[in-house]
Amino acid sequence: MSAIAYFVQLPIVTALARLLIFPGLLFAVPAAWFFLWVERKAVAMMQSRIGPPFMQPFFDFIKLLGKTTPPRSGVAGFLMKAWPLIAMSAAAGAVGLLPVLPGSGGFEGDLILLLALLELPSICIIAAGFSSRSIFGEIGSAREAVLSVSYNIVFLLAIISIAASQHTFRLETLAQLPASPLHWLGIAAILVCLPAKLHINPFSLPNAEQEIYAGPMTEYAGPELAMWDLSHGLEWVASTGLVATLVAPHLTIWWLAAITFVALSFGVVLLLSITAAATARLQIDTSVRFFWQCTLIFAGLAVASALFMRFVS
Amino acid sequence: MNLWNKLMCYSRKRSPWLFHMNSGSCNGCDIEIVAALSPRYDAEQLGVRLEGSPRHADILVVTGPVTRNAAGAIRTVYSQVCGPKAVVAIGSCPATTNVFIDSRTLDGPLEKHLPVDVFVPGCPPRPDAIVRGVAKAAEILAEREAKRWPNESVMIPLAEAGGGCACSGGGECANNSAASEVEQ
Repeated sequence: MSAIAYFVQLPIVTALARLLIFPGLLFAVPAAWFFLWVERKAVAMMQSRIGPPFMQPFFDFIKLLGKTTPPRSGVAGFLMKAWPLIAMSAAAGAVGLLPVLPGSGGFEGDLILLLALLELPSICIIAAGFSSRSIFGEIGSAREAVLSVSYNIVFLLAIISIAASQHTFRLETLAQLPASPLHWLGIAAILVCLPAKLHINPFSLPNAEQEIYAGPMTEYAGPELAMWDLSHGLEWVASTGLVATLVAPHLTIWWLAAITFVALSFGVVLLLSITAAATARLQIDTSVRFFWQCTLIFAGLAVASALFMRFVS
Repeated sequence: MNLWNKLMCYSRKRSPWLFHMNSGSCNGCDIEIVAALSPRYDAEQLGVRLEGSPRHADILVVTGPVTRNAAGAIRTVYSQVCGPKAVVAIGSCPATTNVFIDSRTLDGPLEKHLPVDVFVPGCPPRPDAIVRGVAKAAEILAEREAKRWPNESVMIPLAEAGGGCACSGGGECANNSAASEVEQ
């Protein structure tokens, strides 16, 4: 027993357990499928349909694994295989970083790493669209790039305002500190950016279904498409999990903390899905104007007041 | 058949993704396909999703009597769909060219170009017949793949498909049973 206790105390073991078990891959992959189902089911119920069965994203994933991919050669072919894998592992790493369980470690600046990992799938989508050499893929990638530049300013300012008001870039400390009004303003700004980050309505511009075929995913098929779907699901888990950890009250009992995390993530997924079902796709210039003109002012105010409070206190 | 193959077969049955191709249809059948996805018929319960790209699709849903212009396009789109795949012909037009028979602008019917798995005749067919046809095609697809030797090529050569239905599933008519159920 003492040997096991000794190994559990080792940082590398806890890090691996976080990455592979909870909230890492073993939890995150079924959670990703569950959230993808919740999204589709919520849209179906809003349209008074019954919607897909519970196991649908799992069936889709298995079926896609069994399909062939078109033969591709050269560097472009290699890159097209690599992008979904990079996106998937980045999203899985982001989920693994979330400080769900109390006393789960972490390090100074892990918030910055989390933001970088959350951003990587979006960069992979842009690169994937351009390396597929499809005109629809290129249009989708260009839209994703423009949208990413717009929402990320607000998203990063919101995170900075939260971090600056609490004097730390360490996720676990941020999750434990009591929330201030500024904290809630920052979370509201993050929630506004999430539909754009997850490519759902009203900001479903990059993958605009039917409008530009499938956007950056037009040329993808089979297992590669399965990896994209999984990475999209993991992005759901990571970004809603980020909101959940920021909102969650500080709990010392580990199972209660885990249940709170899952319940809050589910709530955020439901909120976003209902927003997606209730809205229509905006035009790209309207979306960019929304982020640059309306939201940026509030995000700037939040950062300014956070810095002001920091100097005052 | 091992566990993985069983799971794969079941998943293929439960997750048919469609790509809709109009080969000169009057738009009547296309509207009925959209109706099949609407709240009243809700094909998503069977895992059906209308995809934007033929690369993502399992089932190619073709409407129209195949005009000369569209003949090349449907061959291209069929070759873009990744295997394993199935073809569903919606309406009387792709089955028989319907009232346009002997027209010099046509190069139909559809079986001349693609191996069709399921015909859903009607002018236009009812949405529930279309849903049933798609479900039947997904079943045929899954069973055909389960029987296939693992290393065998998934593509059916177009030359082979020219003389009629080349697939082991055979051309099945989904409408007979579906339509009779509707009547009852």
